[in-house]
Amino acid sequence: MTLRPQRWAFGAALALLVLFTLFPFYWAMVASFTPDAALFREPSLWPRTIILDHYRALFVERDFLTPIRNSLVVAGTTTVFCLVVGTLAAYALARLDFKGKPAIMAFILAVTMFPQISIVSPLYLLLRSLRLIDTYPGLIMPYMTFAMPLTVWILTGSIRQIPRDLEEAAHVDGASRRQSFTKILLPLAVPSIATTGILTFIYCWNEFLFALSFTLGPERQTVPVAIALFRGQYQVPWGQILAAAVVATAPVAVMVLGFQRRIVQGLTAGAVKG
Amino acid sequence: MARIALEHVDKVYANGFVAARDLSLEAADGELLVLVGPSGSGKSTVLRLMAGLEQVTGGTIRIGERDVTDLPPQKRDIAMVFQNYALYPHMTVRENLGFGLSIRKQPVALINERVRMVASSLGLDAMLDRKPAQLSGGQRQRVALGRAIVREPLAFLFDEPLSNLDAQLRVETRVELSRLHQKLGATMVYVTHDQSEALTLGDRIAVLRDGVLQQVASPMELYSRPANRFVAGFIGSPAMNFIEGTLSAETTGSESGGRFTFKGGDLVLDVRCDSPASSSVVLGVRPQHLEVVGDADGMLRAEVTLVEPMGNEQIVYVSLSGGERLVAVAPPEPPMKQGERVAIRAKRDAVHLFDAKNGVRLSCGGVQPSRD
Repeated sequence: MTLRPQRWAFGAALALLVLFTLFPFYWAMVASFTPDAALFREPSLWPRTIILDHYRALFVERDFLTPIRNSLVVAGTTTVFCLVVGTLAAYALARLDFKGKPAIMAFILAVTMFPQISIVSPLYLLLRSLRLIDTYPGLIMPYMTFAMPLTVWILTGSIRQIPRDLEEAAHVDGASRRQSFTKILLPLAVPSIATTGILTFIYCWNEFLFALSFTLGPERQTVPVAIALFRGQYQVPWGQILAAAVVATAPVAVMVLGFQRRIVQGLTAGAVKG
Repeated sequence: MARIALEHVDKVYANGFVAARDLSLEAADGELLVLVGPSGSGKSTVLRLMAGLEQVTGGTIRIGERDVTDLPPQKRDIAMVFQNYALYPHMTVRENLGFGLSIRKQPVALINERVRMVASSLGLDAMLDRKPAQLSGGQRQRVALGRAIVREPLAFLFDEPLSNLDAQLRVETRVELSRLHQKLGATMVYVTHDQSEALTLGDRIAVLRDGVLQQVASPMELYSRPANRFVAGFIGSPAMNFIEGTLSAETTGSESGGRFTFKGGDLVLDVRCDSPASSSVVLGVRPQHLEVVGDADGMLRAEVTLVEPMGNEQIVYVSLSGGERLVAVAPPEPPMKQGERVAIRAKRDAVHLFDAKNGVRLSCGGVQPSRD
């Protein structure tokens, strides 16, 4: 099989893009297995000596499991709450007729426009008076306020694309509104719910500013905060930081790969003519 | 089975659009009533009102003797076939067919039995475990039909169910629908914009325009005695020819029912009417009732501008010397040619007269060509 020049160019561009995207991750992987000394003296694209010291240090000396657990709890809970509330809100916004819908949509979007840094102090005071500093809810609630608008917007858009006829057919077939929601709409919205869930999870998993401001000690610190605090006064333990980065990326990568089939699958195919 | 009746139904949308105005209409028990009209005439809205998918802004809807005006669709016990089929894409054909029964908590054995029976009667046995995406358009259409039949509802509503099928399949399915109606003896309301579909399927046909009922009648009645100019122009293909003109009383008229003379362009006709309300009228004549004849015995000289051969007939577009354009359906032989000089003659008793202002049919009978 011969490829035409355009195909070659396209392939080359694609390869370049993949290289550009994957290289940092590859480099972090390599560096996380390289002794610190070797990393600075003779950096190499290929790992020469592989050591597991950084990973051992991560879990034995530093107790990196606690931040991972914290991150999983905070990001997981936020995602679940966001999806439940967001799906219901999106259903209402996409399907029901009520006054002021455009205003509500605009307001929801406006919430995300605030620079995070500008509301850290008021939020801190608020959370302190609620005695929620250094607790899981103290992180989950601010995360929800920032992740929810995204959830609602994406889900509203995707629910609007599900043909209304399907729910109407279900109504005529005898389904109540609740049944048409759970039996027809929800299964069809699964791909977009999964996509939104991943985005929300990644946002919470990587969030740094709130996590740094609203936690006090290692018991409630999340992964990004923990990694940032690896840095000592006189030295930066690059090997450990990169090992931590690799470990932190794993759950997200696993989740995306796991949901990939569901996301790509066009579930509405065949509903209506076309 | 039950009748469906609309009594003085109004439907006005929030933006002021009127989809139905003082609409009274009944599909009798076991009748197939066709709602027909151009797009925007409100026919689909009327169907959705019957289904309960839209709320009336005035009037009453009854199914059987029960007032269902304020009932939601799931409590009306009717089935609807949607234009785009609206099959549940995440369910197999079996689940699609059984959905209405399982949501009503019917026993599984009964559901399986009914689904099996309906599937075999529609030739869907082999694809019960497929998803809608794996079916062809015609198969999806049958699943949509089956989903309605399985439930044995009080009445069936069809929203342009054939419009997504190709021409051949459409005719086949139309025949299948007719058979189904005879077999089930069910009340059916069928919406279409295709007048030929309406004529072939309907026991009676209701013609709608801008939310106002124009005429309800049997296909033959609708074709031969259209109530107004709109119905006359909408029913029948090719569309009826219209010639504007004036009606003047004939001084010598001594018979019962006055004799009048219609004048429009080159055309002069003797007409017998019971006192027409207005003198400016529109004459309508179907292309099938115009004869294209040799020069000698014609009334109207014309020139052929376009010929559409249809195999069993030819559709001839002519223009009169006064510039009016007419369409005639002629036998296939002899073939007409563009530019040919011909003469046109209307068949006796086959012209209609309408009031030029409001389009209402004038009760004129015994119309005869002036030169006979």
